[in-house]
Parts: sequence; C-alpha cells; structure tokens
Amino acid sequence: MDDALRFRTDEPGDDPAVTVDSFGVQTNAAAVRLEPGDDARDLLPYLERLKLVEINFPGFGDGRGYSAARILREAGYAGELRAVGDVLVDQVAAMRRCGFDSFAPQVPLNAADAEAAFNRWPEVYQPTADGRVPIWAKRHG
Amino acid sequence: MYKYDNYDQAMVDTRVEEFRDQVRRRIAGHITEEQFKPLRLMNGLYLQLHAYMLRVAVPYGTLSSAQMRVLGDIADKYDRGYGHFTTRQNIQYNWIKLEDAPDILADLAKVEMHAIQTSGNCIRNISSDQFAGAAADELVDPRPYAELLRQWSSFHPEFSFLPRKFKIAVIASDTDRAAMRLHDIGIQIVKNDVGELGCAFYVGGGMGRTPMIAPLVNPFVPLDQLITFSEACLRVYNRYGRRDNKFKARIKILVHEIGKDEYTRQVEEEFAQLLKQGIEPPLAELARISEYFTNPPFEVGAPGQVDRSDPDFALWLDRNTVAHKQPGYAIVNISLKPVGGIPGDASADQIRLMADLALQYSYDELRVTHAQNIVLPHVRQADLYTVWQALDAAGLSTPNLDLVDDIIACPGLDYCSLANARSIPVSQKLSERFAPRRAEIGELKLKISGCINACGHHHAGHIGILGVDRKGVENYQLLLGGSEGADTSLGKITGPGFDEDGVVDAVEKATDVYLAHKQGGERFLDTYRRIGMEKFKEAIYG
Repeated sequence: MDDALRFRTDEPGDDPAVTVDSFGVQTNAAAVRLEPGDDARDLLPYLERLKLVEINFPGFGDGRGYSAARILREAGYAGELRAVGDVLVDQVAAMRRCGFDSFAPQVPLNAADAEAAFNRWPEVYQPTADGRVPIWAKRHG
Repeated sequence: MYKYDNYDQAMVDTRVEEFRDQVRRRIAGHITEEQFKPLRLMNGLYLQLHAYMLRVAVPYGTLSSAQMRVLGDIADKYDRGYGHFTTRQNIQYNWIKLEDAPDILADLAKVEMHAIQTSGNCIRNISSDQFAGAAADELVDPRPYAELLRQWSSFHPEFSFLPRKFKIAVIASDTDRAAMRLHDIGIQIVKNDVGELGCAFYVGGGMGRTPMIAPLVNPFVPLDQLITFSEACLRVYNRYGRRDNKFKARIKILVHEIGKDEYTRQVEEEFAQLLKQGIEPPLAELARISEYFTNPPFEVGAPGQVDRSDPDFALWLDRNTVAHKQPGYAIVNISLKPVGGIPGDASADQIRLMADLALQYSYDELRVTHAQNIVLPHVRQADLYTVWQALDAAGLSTPNLDLVDDIIACPGLDYCSLANARSIPVSQKLSERFAPRRAEIGELKLKISGCINACGHHHAGHIGILGVDRKGVENYQLLLGGSEGADTSLGKITGPGFDEDGVVDAVEKATDVYLAHKQGGERFLDTYRRIGMEKFKEAIYG
C-alpha cells in the first residue's frame, strides 16, 4: 500500500478481508470487508479481535460507508479502517474525518492532489471520529 | 444579523480555493465530468440547457445591503444583468461560464457569502421565516437556530453523499411562512409547559413527484440536543434511505415505507448512541450566535400615522406591508412579480436599489422570501411613502402580495434541463390576464412547475399548474386546493391537462366558480374547501 495513504504506525496485517457473512462463522478472522448494505453494528461484538475493517465504495456516490466508519469508531474500534473501491481524491478528506486511516483506491490518486486534499481544511465545524477540535469548542475553549 | 468570525471566514475562503483547484483539474481533464458533477453541484453549479447556472446561498433568506449590492454587481459582471431569486430563498444566475465560477465565489466570500451545498445530495441551505425578527406573532427569532444548523451542516463529512438532497426549514411562529412541513426536516421552535424553549421536529415532508406532509417525529427536543437529534435523523436516512431509485430516494419515502413510528424508533436509538459522543455545541455557542440577532435600535415612539392621500401608495400600503412587532414600524414586501414579468427576476440596478433602500431605511437588512419576493423587514412607517416612491420609479411597486399574479414559477424549459414544459410564458400570460382582476379575486396563491420535480411548489398552490410532456407536446395539468401554511394541504388534479392558452382559460373558469360561490370574506381556498372539487370540474370541463 502507498505509505502516503496510510495514517498508522503499526505494520499492515496480511489477513485477507472476508465478507461479513463468512466473518460470522469464521471465528478467527481478523479482517473483514463491509459492503454498503452491511450493518456495521453486526461487527460490534468482535471489535477486540479485528485488526482491519475494509469499507467498500463500489461507487463514490454511495455514502453509506461514511456512517459505517463513524459507527465503528464511536464504538471504540481502534484497528485499521480502510476505504477501498471507487475512492477519489475529492472524498478522502471527509473519509479521514469519519475515521478512515488508510486508503486503497482502485485507481491510484495523484500524490500531490491527495496531499493537498488531506491538508486543506485548517478548521472543522463538527467533532467526528478524527478527534479534531471543532470551531465551536475553540470559540468557547 | 450574523457576522463571520475568523473561523467562518477561513472555512469559506478554503472552499473557494478547493473549488478553484477542482475546476482546474476538470479543465485539465484530471477528473471526468461524472466525477466533477457532484463536486460542482455541492457548490451550486448546474449545467443547464444553454450555460452553467450558479445558485448562491442566502442563509435563512437574510442579506445585508453590502451583500445585496454584490449580488447586483455579479449579475452585471458575470451574467447578463439579471439575478433570479428562488423558492428556497437563494439567488441564481443563469448565464455563467465555468472558468468564472471560482472568481465569483471569491467575490462572494469578501461579503461573507458562498454557494456551499446549494445543490447536490447533501444538506442544503437552511431556510426560515422571511419575517423573522420582525413578525408580531413569533415566539423568538428562529434564525440563531438556523445559523447553528448552517455551521453544523456545512462540509459535514458523514452527510456529503446522501441518497438525495436534504432540505431543512426552521420557524418559530404558528403562522408558517416557510412551508416548513414540506421539508425533509421542518423544525418549529416551541415552548413547553414549564416555559422552556425546544424544537418540534417534523420529518419526511417534501414536494417532488410524491408530495408528503411531514409527520411530527418529536414534539420537544431540548435546545441543547438540537444538533445531536438532527444528526440522528440524518444518520438513519443516510444508512437506510433508498439508493436504488433516484425518484424514491428522498427521506419522505423512507419515513412513508417503514412508517413514522419505526423511523422514530430508529432515530431515538441512534440519538441515544450519539448523546454519548459529545457532538453538541454548548448553549454558550447558541447564545453567542443569538447576540447577532438582537433587535436593531428601534426608535421608541416612532409615529404610526401614514398619509394615505396618494391612492396608488394607499393600495400598495394595504397590500404589500405587514404589521411589525415594533409600534411605528412596518414590514415591506417588494414584489418581484410585475405584470407580465418573470417571477423572481430582478435587474442588477433593481438589486442595488433595494440594497440602498435597506441601508437607508431598514437597518441594513433584506430578506428573500420563498415566494420569490424581497422584504425590507424594519421600515419606519414615516418612511413608507419615500420608500414606495423609490420602488415605484424602479418598477418594484406592484401591489400584489399573495394575490393571483404573485405567481411562483420555476425556470422551466426556458433554462432547466430537467423540465418538460415552459413555466415562464404561462406565468406571464396568467399575470397579464389576471392582474386587472387581482383585487376582485383576492388572496390566491398560484404556483407553476415545469416538471414533476415541483420546484415551483405546484402541490402547495391554492391553484397549481404542472407542466408535463405529452407525446412531445407541452401540456399543463391543473391542481386545486393546495396550501403551504399552518393548514398545509396538497392540491388535487382537476382532470385532463390543457395547452398553454387552455390552462389560462381553465384558471379563469376556476376563479369564476369561486367568485360565484364565495361567502363573506372567504378566500379562493376556503370556498374550494367548502364546496369541493365537483363544481370546479363542471365549469372547467363542462
């Protein structure tokens, strides 16, 4: 994976991500892939043993994966959360805010554009899974 | 009104630079039109039939004179000298070049304006009561809540790719001037039994091809949970709203299909989770914002007598001004519906004139209404004649507020790539036919959409007109009995459609039935509700 698109210090695991259905029966799996129609909350009992959750974006316009990511982070998931599929440079900043910490786009991103996208926003209006301090908190800090 | 601090300004400036970069990459061919489309839409840039259209946000319909002046200057500099005010209290320019769009946004940012989320499948500009802060009947000014929601919804990372667009309206009086229950979320600020303010949440309303009146989902969300509850409503929609069919993707379909009770249950469950996340701004933030919406320094004891000796002025005074909460003041409605004109259009000069009048006579404030008119919210009654004279000289004094020729119309097939039929020429013919009879016919809300998407609010018109395509020919259906007020109702189709002249004749037959059956002070809508559709049908098709 392109290092510029991974925001973690641990080593990437090499377990293949399995589907949510087979994850349910395969009790030792440590990596799973969520499709847009899957319920992220089905994974909540297993967060301790999960090292990698891939969330697939078959088309960039389907935004369900953003909610799935936040739900996992809100529940305390600390492992790798990877956006895969139709992941475009103009979406990665919002994904990062929702808790994604690695990106494996099916079409590689232009490195300079990606760097600009990740660093563009100096402030944020909402507290989300990335822990950034929202503007309202700074105003009343 | 609200003023940006350095944080708000930085957000808008950043967006200008981001969009400039996106346009650059599009022109260089680094991103496809398919990929660019949602990006430009989230910035209000549509590709229409002849050119790009840019929709600029007017948050909760409130503008300063400096902002209004820039809107006029943009019309001159980048368009053909006109702006078009819309049913969501925004303004659109119909002749924009893609390469100019970043510069327009930069001009807007200088006066604390933007085009963020005026289109696309995201949370749109928050609309509100055009008389906020001036109306005699409001509980509080609803705009601080709308501003809090504006900031929360701007660039919300989870809700940038919703199943479909999402519209929120906030009001704070029982008289609903914002069609609140025809929004995806309608919020009414209310007081509970112990005198605390809170928010009644209506969710799942909308127009379009399947019009729905939003049901009440929560009668009282405390003010310090407003954002968290909104987020829960949105998350359930983002996860479970339909994405298989664009025409069934609005939240109204989700609420309708699973039922209000099940939707509410899911929202409450999500709400309980989100309450633990600490995502709610403190009440101090709401207090900070509210400071910007205190009363202007009204003159106490301002004279309330108006000289009515000029009959044209007296006509306008009675029709276009509304009682103000402050004695000695009035709310002035400026009609953008001249006889035979294009509803909502104003020239650059007219826009700048309205800006000047606001600065001089209305404490530097204007409002855009969802009926596509402009409001000067705080005018001393002693200044009304002077204001009227200035408006009259500029063709802005048509005395027709809420009358038959105060028509709402979408841009229709003259501009819009979605339309099936033209709206503007029908509107112009109706205006010319009925303007001489407007006093006789009285209050009548006439609304025209050029396609089933209902941007012209035809479902909510006392008389609605829907343009359709019938085997390649423009055809107009007639609806009766809609309303957008506190008594919201949806219009019913009379029967087979008409051609352009036929629908104008049909409207005349409908108003003749009304005038023949009217009792006492009944409006068209009241008579229709009392006597029912049949008599109208007989006259129209008999």
